[in-house]
Amino acid sequence: MVDFTLNAKEQEVIREIRREGMVLREKYARYYDEHEKELPPDEFPEAKEFAHIDKMAADRGPDATTPTVFYLLMLMHRTWGDMMRLKVPVTALGNASVVAAGTDEQKKRWAKTRLSMANTEPGCGSDSKAIQTTAELDGNEWVLNGEKIFVTTGIRAEGCVVWATIDKSAGRGGIKAFVVMKGTPGFELVKKEEKMGIRSSDTAAFVLKNCRVPRENLLGMDDIVKKGGGGFKGLMKTFNLTRPGVAAMGIGNIMACQDFVAEAMAKEGITVDYEAGQHKRSAIQQKMIDLEAEMEAATLCTLRAAWLADQGKPNNLEASVSKQKGGDVSRRCAQLALEILGAMGITHDQLVEKWFRDARITDIYEGTGEIQRLVIARELLNYTAKELT
Amino acid sequence: MITFELTKEQSLIQKTAKEFAAGEMRQIARDCDENDDIPPKVLNKAWEMGLANAAVPEAFGGIGMARSAMASALICEELGYGCASLATAIMAPSTFIHPLIDFGTEDQKQRYLPAYSGEKFAAAAAALHEPHFTFDVTDMRTVAQKSGDHWVLNGVKRLVPFAQKANHFLVLAKMGDQTGLAHVGAFIISKDAKGLTVDQEFEKTMGLKPLPKSKLTLTNVNVPDKDRLGESNSIDGRRLINTLRVANSAICVGLAKAVLDTSVPYSKQRVAFDAPIATRQAIAFMLSEMHSETEAMRWLVWKAASQLDQNSDATKAAALAQHYANKNTVIIADRGVQIFGGHGYIRDLPLEMWLRNARTLTVMEGVVAA
Repeated sequence: MVDFTLNAKEQEVIREIRREGMVLREKYARYYDEHEKELPPDEFPEAKEFAHIDKMAADRGPDATTPTVFYLLMLMHRTWGDMMRLKVPVTALGNASVVAAGTDEQKKRWAKTRLSMANTEPGCGSDSKAIQTTAELDGNEWVLNGEKIFVTTGIRAEGCVVWATIDKSAGRGGIKAFVVMKGTPGFELVKKEEKMGIRSSDTAAFVLKNCRVPRENLLGMDDIVKKGGGGFKGLMKTFNLTRPGVAAMGIGNIMACQDFVAEAMAKEGITVDYEAGQHKRSAIQQKMIDLEAEMEAATLCTLRAAWLADQGKPNNLEASVSKQKGGDVSRRCAQLALEILGAMGITHDQLVEKWFRDARITDIYEGTGEIQRLVIARELLNYTAKELT
Repeated sequence: MITFELTKEQSLIQKTAKEFAAGEMRQIARDCDENDDIPPKVLNKAWEMGLANAAVPEAFGGIGMARSAMASALICEELGYGCASLATAIMAPSTFIHPLIDFGTEDQKQRYLPAYSGEKFAAAAAALHEPHFTFDVTDMRTVAQKSGDHWVLNGVKRLVPFAQKANHFLVLAKMGDQTGLAHVGAFIISKDAKGLTVDQEFEKTMGLKPLPKSKLTLTNVNVPDKDRLGESNSIDGRRLINTLRVANSAICVGLAKAVLDTSVPYSKQRVAFDAPIATRQAIAFMLSEMHSETEAMRWLVWKAASQLDQNSDATKAAALAQHYANKNTVIIADRGVQIFGGHGYIRDLPLEMWLRNARTLTVMEGVVAA
């Protein structure tokens, strides 16, 4: 039976997450936005007060929403507070690569090691197959050379999953993933990037100069070289897991904008009448309805992608739909919010201008909106990546 | 629990409506549009299958399927996929039948529903629209004034489906001087009521052409209290209008899906500059967005429909669904015409018809289905 309601326990989890989010908003969000060079701690003192949330989320009763759907909802509401977390999770994007492409032994080995993921290079982003970083086997070590940029959690993480090609002539099939730990000679931090938004999230650039890693740091081990192809598929699978997540975070930003704007409008005595037709609405009220409808559309597409995953059904198409809608909505609705608020929206008196800057990344990272459209179109048209570029 | 899972019964309803749309609607849609006429055969067949009236309880001679906004939404999407014009015609009686089931007293159901559980299509419709462009359902100009044990109705209604054939109308009116959906009143009025004039001209419209529509004029029509929907219990006007809005939006989803499903194979087959146009991003990106928006529309409709079925206030969800579906259906239908180029504009193919239908459907404020 189609249903979009949460049970009492689930509503309580969301309330607690929002309470946690308010702490971030009130105490830390602006500070780390303005002090980009400072890395927020792994754990703020207030984190203990909210340590029970994960436990609550794990036990939501017999009529609970399926795990991926609920995880994404939590992610939305967490980001409603801020992109930052009171307690940074032990794992990062690199760990998702290990899960997608690693052997069981590797999964166990790096389960509690925070690993960032280095995919993007100065000359390639969404087009991951154009990776130039090379890896050559020399005895029992892989020797890596190249440049990696836009590495999320690159500063905070203990190590990094670096994607590199072992055979340029093999195209996609030659791309493999290597775990490179911090402190490995030849693995050098170039800089911490300065960004428009999400400034509390550390983004690093690295260079790899004859960086030698043990042979068993190749994800999937030697088998993946023999079989060929598996590495790139692993990379894509990583994105399949994370696209709805990125959409969810963008939507969280927009939820924050929507709440703020609704409150600001109410203070001025403007409420939105959902009963009346458009002739009875002002332009501002119409913008608000537009914002809410778009936000709802992106939310439902994201939950749909997650729900399919929970049913064990393929969701490559839906993951891209959620990311495309999530990206569009993050840009457009944050702009709508600022349009409604006028000049007061852009001041640092409050956080809306920050949410606008934070939300803007949604349509760029984890595959731009344009890449998502390509993925969707290929699925619809049954075209290969070669047939539709 | 958040879930997109349909019940077995709902999946069956969806499948039945889909098969009907594929087998009975698409192939006659163009002729109906050209001739402004719908063969009674298709209306009767849809009627027999209970697409518009399966929720009439067995006690009144009906099939007795549980009344469900979700089921209506699934039917409306599939029929809208077949042809929006025919969908609105097939579903028109539901705008009379479903409110009666939802809000009618036992006496009212007893008196009116048996006429809509027969074997042949029985015309009836809600009368909502009014002849001014600032028409707003929360503030109608058709007014019902209480006078003793009856109501006196005055006003003009336009674009009333099957007005010339209908035995009964559900006339929606403003109660006294109260604005807002909560105060929308609904009155069961027979075709031969004193003071009611049914215009004998058909109203010509750009889209939904074959759906017969006419003007109703109400001049001091006396309606006894027992024919006010819900009688002395005031009905939930919000729920009534939300039901109409959701069903209208569901037809939009179907129409949009039809445009997309027709545009995909065409753009693969149509070659320009030595390659199928689908291999160009300009076209491929349009198709992507058409797909995403169609999906999003459907989930907005489902959310509002599920709220209606759970008896929670669906006003906001229905408004968002309607706003989103109306806006995007027109964009998608327009893109369909664009992808087909000149062929989209020629009346051999359905694209131009779908654009006219989309534009028309989305200004109807939901009097087309329930």
